[in-house]
Amino acid sequence: MALLDVHDLTVAFPSVTAVAGLSFSVHESETLALVGESGSGKSLTALALMGLVPRPGRVSGAVHFGGQDLLALPEARMRQLRGRDIAMIFQEPMTSLNPVLTIGRQIAETLRLHEGLSARAARLRAIELLDLVRIADPGRQVDSHAHRLSGGMRQRVMIAMAIACNPRVLIADEPTTALDVTIQAQVLDLLDRLRRDLGMALILITHDLGVVGQWADRVVVMYAGRKVEEADPIGLLRRPLHPYSRGLLGASPRLQARAHYRLGRLAEIPGSMASALGQAGCPFAPRCDVRQDKCDSVAPALREMGEARLVACPVAA
Amino acid sequence: MSTWRRVTRTARRTALQAVPSVLAILALNFLLLQLAPGDAADVMAAQTGSPTAQTVLELRSRFGLDAPLLDRLAAYLDNLAHFSLGMSPRFNVSVLSLIGERLPGTLALMLTALGIALVVGIALGAVMARFAGRPLDRAISVISLCCYSIPGFWIGLMLVVVFSVKLDWLPSGGMHSVGIEESGLAALLDMARHMVLPAASLSLFFVAIYARLTRAAMLEAQEQDFARTARAKGLSPSAVAIRHVLRNALIPVTTMAGVHVGALLGGSVVVETVFSWPGLGRLAFESMMNRDFNVLLGILFLSSLLVIVANAGVDILHSWLDPRIEDVG
Ligand SMILES: Nc1ncnc2c1ncn2[C@@H]1O[C@H](COP(=O)(O)OP(=O)(O)O)[C@@H](O)[C@H]1O
Ligand SMILES: [Mg+2]
Repeated sequence: MALLDVHDLTVAFPSVTAVAGLSFSVHESETLALVGESGSGKSLTALALMGLVPRPGRVSGAVHFGGQDLLALPEARMRQLRGRDIAMIFQEPMTSLNPVLTIGRQIAETLRLHEGLSARAARLRAIELLDLVRIADPGRQVDSHAHRLSGGMRQRVMIAMAIACNPRVLIADEPTTALDVTIQAQVLDLLDRLRRDLGMALILITHDLGVVGQWADRVVVMYAGRKVEEADPIGLLRRPLHPYSRGLLGASPRLQARAHYRLGRLAEIPGSMASALGQAGCPFAPRCDVRQDKCDSVAPALREMGEARLVACPVAA
Repeated sequence: MSTWRRVTRTARRTALQAVPSVLAILALNFLLLQLAPGDAADVMAAQTGSPTAQTVLELRSRFGLDAPLLDRLAAYLDNLAHFSLGMSPRFNVSVLSLIGERLPGTLALMLTALGIALVVGIALGAVMARFAGRPLDRAISVISLCCYSIPGFWIGLMLVVVFSVKLDWLPSGGMHSVGIEESGLAALLDMARHMVLPAASLSLFFVAIYARLTRAAMLEAQEQDFARTARAKGLSPSAVAIRHVLRNALIPVTTMAGVHVGALLGGSVVVETVFSWPGLGRLAFESMMNRDFNVLLGILFLSSLLVIVANAGVDILHSWLDPRIEDVG
């Protein structure tokens, strides 16, 4: 039985359907990677799980968690879960912290809200949490403001804040995209260690297939709000089935290091996701190198290809 | 850096910057007043009924108004160095004691008006931001637009018509009830009753400004990433609005409040005259009419000090509200 079961999730704006009929599930202590280019609907998927989709977005489908459908919960109940059972960290550590409050106050705020700690106890716990995310001299840093910290440190603070109440699911939306390459692995290692130590499920959102091999247990590849492939990371990296997954793999600097130096450039996927808009058949068809005539008219269904492997492409074999 | 050190550093810096500005303002005021036609001797001679050229000259030399301009400026600054603002030819008392008599009334009026404006304005702005685009927001917005565009003296007169003349709830002018000797709390309450209408008409304009400013600043702040982080913690909308959004929105609002102290002083000239409030504003108006330049200069000097103190207060408030200041200063 999955910890979190997302069924037919759709997030629609008047201008665009950002997430269209997405289904996936996450098990306890597992890392699920959501991968896709910018604009493929990853962030809105995460916000939908948190119940934080901005207006005028409309969310439908079901998100089963702990025996209830999160999308059907009244807002007051959802608030109790948010930050306690499901927590989230964001892509932009530079702006995601409140500039006028100390980081200690911001971490303590979550603890006081959900665990009813006193100000004193919450502060002590905040120091412990800063230590847990490897911030040096936490007793002093607890009184710092965000502008004094580097991007990597801010993201650690965000992580400390998110894990404060031992959530069962942690959503990390491109947690390293805004960070220096040298810091990225440290932050991902930290998330991975915390996942294991605290027994959380981790939904790791990224646009870089390069990180999934090392840090994910399962991968969902998204394109234009749809799941186009689901696989285990080894299988996906060895033999991507969907032409879009193949394209992503070719575009990853990490995985193509040698090709990068040899050819001097990465293979780009031609075209852009804008071409998916209003596409009746397969959304990827306008950019696909193995496109067939039927692709323009028939939207491909997900097919099972071996164990725990799904692909939405009739051509893939 | 600790909050305390940040605050003291800001205070010291502001005090040092203030000295040259005050001196420059003083010299400029002095020279500008000389451009006005006539002087105290003219006015006083005219009041005797049948002035001769001789009387005017005598008066002028008695008050030292016949010395060359720069000598008079030097004498004024010399006086100032000895903590004196000179004499008022009209009242024949020292300017300092005249001002000292009137200052508390003006300060009480201004601080009350500013306090009302900030508290009511910020609260209204927060409500508007909370209900942005909905009827409540629209309604407050229309009312604030009216307060914003109607001149203060007219609001004052209308308040008098409604609350003193028609309803007879509140006194129409003055600072104390005539003929009643009271002390302690009773006197304070009596003064508060007299202050309601002038403070209201002085503050309405600023209530409108702060409401609009707060609304805009909160709408901007609630779109920021940190507000989303706060929501993701599970905080209620009001906790997000007050602890995170409003806290950030206060920074631009308090900046404007500092700028407005000068405007409040200007407004108090009108309001004090309408409500016969015995304050500096009315004294300034009377001194201008009587060409009592020493008193006027003293009041202008004091106003610039007040504005500088207010801005220093805002700077200090900022260094407390906004921890990023230390890196700029
Ligand atoms: N507030 C919004 N209003 C309208 N459209 C939005 C909004 N937020 C995102 N979108 C659209 O939804 C799509 C998916 O966005 P997003 O989930 O942020 O993608 P990703 O995180 O994968 O880069 C994009 O086409 C984007 O333009
Ligand atoms: Mg995103």
